[in-house]
Amino acid sequence: MNRRGFFKVGAGAAGGLLIGIYLPEKSRLAADIASPSKLNTYVHIGSDDTITFTIVKSEMGQGTLTSLSQILAEELDCEWKNIKTEIPSPEPQFGMMGAFGSLSVRTTYNTLRQAGAGARAMLIQAAAQKWGVDASQCRTEKGAVVNTATNASLRYGSLADAAAKLPAPKGAALKDPKSFKLIGTSVKRIDTPDKISGRAKFGIDTRIDGMLYAVLARCPVFGGKVAAFDATKAKAVPGVKQVVQISNGVAVLADNTWNAMEGRKALQIQWDEGPNATQTSAKIRQTFMDLTAKPGAVARKVGDADQALAEAAKKIEAVYEAPFLSHSPMEPMNCTAQVRADSCEVWAPTQIQTAAQQTAMAITKLPAGKIIIHTTFLGGGFGRRGGADFVAEAVEISKAAGVPVKLTWSREDDMQHDLYRPASYAKFAGGVDANGNLTAFTCRVASQPFAGLNNGVDRNAVDGIANLGYGSGIPNILVDNHPTETGIPCTYWRSVGYSHNTFFTESFIDELANAAGKDPVEFRRTLLAKNPRMLGVLNLAAEKAGWGKPLPTGHYHGIGLTDNIGSFNAQVAEVSVTNGKLKVHKVTCAIDCGVVVNPAIVEQQVQSGIVFGLGPVLRQAITIERGRVMQANFNNYDPLRIDEMPVVEVHIVPSMANPGGIGEATTPNISPAIANAVFKATGKRIRHLPIRQQDLV
Amino acid sequence: MAAIKFTLNDKSQTVDVVPQTPLLWVLRDTLGMTGTKFGCGMQLCGACTVHIDGQPRRSCGTPVSSVAGKNVRTIEGLSVDGVSHPVQRGWLEADVPQCGYCQSGQIMTAAALIAKSTNPTDADIDEAMRGNLCRCGTYQSIRRAVHLAAQYKAGKGGAA
Repeated sequence: MNRRGFFKVGAGAAGGLLIGIYLPEKSRLAADIASPSKLNTYVHIGSDDTITFTIVKSEMGQGTLTSLSQILAEELDCEWKNIKTEIPSPEPQFGMMGAFGSLSVRTTYNTLRQAGAGARAMLIQAAAQKWGVDASQCRTEKGAVVNTATNASLRYGSLADAAAKLPAPKGAALKDPKSFKLIGTSVKRIDTPDKISGRAKFGIDTRIDGMLYAVLARCPVFGGKVAAFDATKAKAVPGVKQVVQISNGVAVLADNTWNAMEGRKALQIQWDEGPNATQTSAKIRQTFMDLTAKPGAVARKVGDADQALAEAAKKIEAVYEAPFLSHSPMEPMNCTAQVRADSCEVWAPTQIQTAAQQTAMAITKLPAGKIIIHTTFLGGGFGRRGGADFVAEAVEISKAAGVPVKLTWSREDDMQHDLYRPASYAKFAGGVDANGNLTAFTCRVASQPFAGLNNGVDRNAVDGIANLGYGSGIPNILVDNHPTETGIPCTYWRSVGYSHNTFFTESFIDELANAAGKDPVEFRRTLLAKNPRMLGVLNLAAEKAGWGKPLPTGHYHGIGLTDNIGSFNAQVAEVSVTNGKLKVHKVTCAIDCGVVVNPAIVEQQVQSGIVFGLGPVLRQAITIERGRVMQANFNNYDPLRIDEMPVVEVHIVPSMANPGGIGEATTPNISPAIANAVFKATGKRIRHLPIRQQDLV
Repeated sequence: MAAIKFTLNDKSQTVDVVPQTPLLWVLRDTLGMTGTKFGCGMQLCGACTVHIDGQPRRSCGTPVSSVAGKNVRTIEGLSVDGVSHPVQRGWLEADVPQCGYCQSGQIMTAAALIAKSTNPTDADIDEAMRGNLCRCGTYQSIRRAVHLAAQYKAGKGGAA
């Protein structure tokens, strides 16, 4: 076996065949990469034919339960309906347990195939021994081993105990992808029946014996603290049972969520607002502007961009800006915790179980083995649930109150105490020669880091700029960065730095095409001559959208590309601007994400990423005044609604390349596709998100 | 506190709670029926949609005292098996949900739509459903699922 496919076998606690698999992680988040000798997921085949697949990737809508099961079941040749999935509590051998970075399929594809093939080989061996024939005389089909000479068959369940006594196979043969029956097919999602009947249990649905319902009053200013509080009136509210202070505020515990919320309204708290009390979006913007007047830490340098700009036949400059954004998943943050003297249980809709466990360990001082994390369905993640702030609060409240608690955040709590997508400010310059070739590209970014620096550079701030997909076609590049602290808590937001940087770069590339007097698609084609997968999606999207062909009167096309998370996609947006009103009619997306496990889920994620990116194009922004967030609910941070949903047409490039990611693939480039189409409609460049009314008239 | 009596999913139900408690929290916390979801608390997102006397209503903004004597239906009471209402069949066929959190509310709104509209257009669907937010972007699938649901309700579209 190679390192990636390492697995161990044995009997399960209740019999059957148990296979442990090592699923490798590779991400900057996964600092503590598990050694290849550690196993981090399991497959159990029971005597009743049930295949229990222990998945270490949370389900937050992205379809992991289904797609990872498909990969395993393909090679195992089991009955699809017999697959059951479970998400385990983190154990040391799992290493960093989490679902993030659009990594779930990419990092498990090869290993799960090998695990399925290995299990299948063992079941064949067990059947061959029973029949006293050579394994080569056996094949598998629908969860049974068939004796090709006699047509006798044995169900996997009846072979599981015998198979468990066999040694681990030394590299079982994988199927020829041409014979795939499950991988590459749009199997219906495993989780749909539970999600249409109200049966699916999200974190907020957790109910445990003796539980009280908690809400927490937090300082409205980031970094502020409780100076003093009086709980007398809160305790007089019907149903309120306890009021406790924790590090992050004052919690009200009641017999239901509503009474807890009413109790919180009656709390009297004096806040020490701390050093951020005067922070504003305008001040942050000014800081960014001042910083970008001078050179920053160099993120990418090719050739001599300054000289090339000086020699350019045409030079253009532009400043692009994007605001803070909230994740605002439909399920507000919540967590249920039960802290006992010698153990702690947490029920959480979490993307990163390891972070949840380590957070609970720090608060309870209990060892990891005494902390059980129960992962529920996640009502959206988008990066927000990689944080463990909501876990910390629930554990602290349970510890302080001495009872199990379910902490529920209101929508206002969720929007005003998010960890935000950072605001960003980027100054671009570019030069083209007399023939319209791009000879110089520079960008200086000021933004807030949240995951450390590397040689003074915040990689998230320059992702998609420093590693621009057109890089191979540009002889002189300089990208530099000014990381700066703003006091606003930030984190990963679906597609991270690409979410704003692709808006910047793809809009600016359009500006350069215009300066060069070239068609935007043709200009990009020249730059992508050495980048066949980007070129492929560009050409496919342009062809399918009918780029350059007549459109209905008043309709215009714009294009945007991105190559993030190991995938490549191009989007053509068709828009109209009528009396200052922007309408997005259609988005044609061509995507190359390598081998596709489930085309329907890929299509869902393409649409999902586009919708997630559309809200911030049209109107969503988080603004800061007096150190606090000015938006509070969906009335002033209004996501895209169904009547604004464009027709999204998805074209998947057939590919045998290793799987790329999909969850975050299409969020970045919807914004430039629209902005570039608006430019054609109005002649005005959109250099600021969200698009403002004055940009449309 | 006061005893409030109403019909919930065809059964008589009495609760003894603060009268102004929103129906949402009575369903979720008092009665343990967690299929109805909390999304915003301000009738902005539709995740908490239930039927009151057949009409789609936001349970987060409905004091429980106001449903005394009325018929309340939640996602748990839409069909006996949770999957066989025409809307649920449409949702299954179109495989609509992603994270799934908003889906109870979406389905309850769609069920009210097809109860009064036999063959809704995309524009009808958008008009009826625009109060239901979905952050995962299932809107295109929802349109398809509502069309399918209307067909199933009319007795067309196979035995699914």
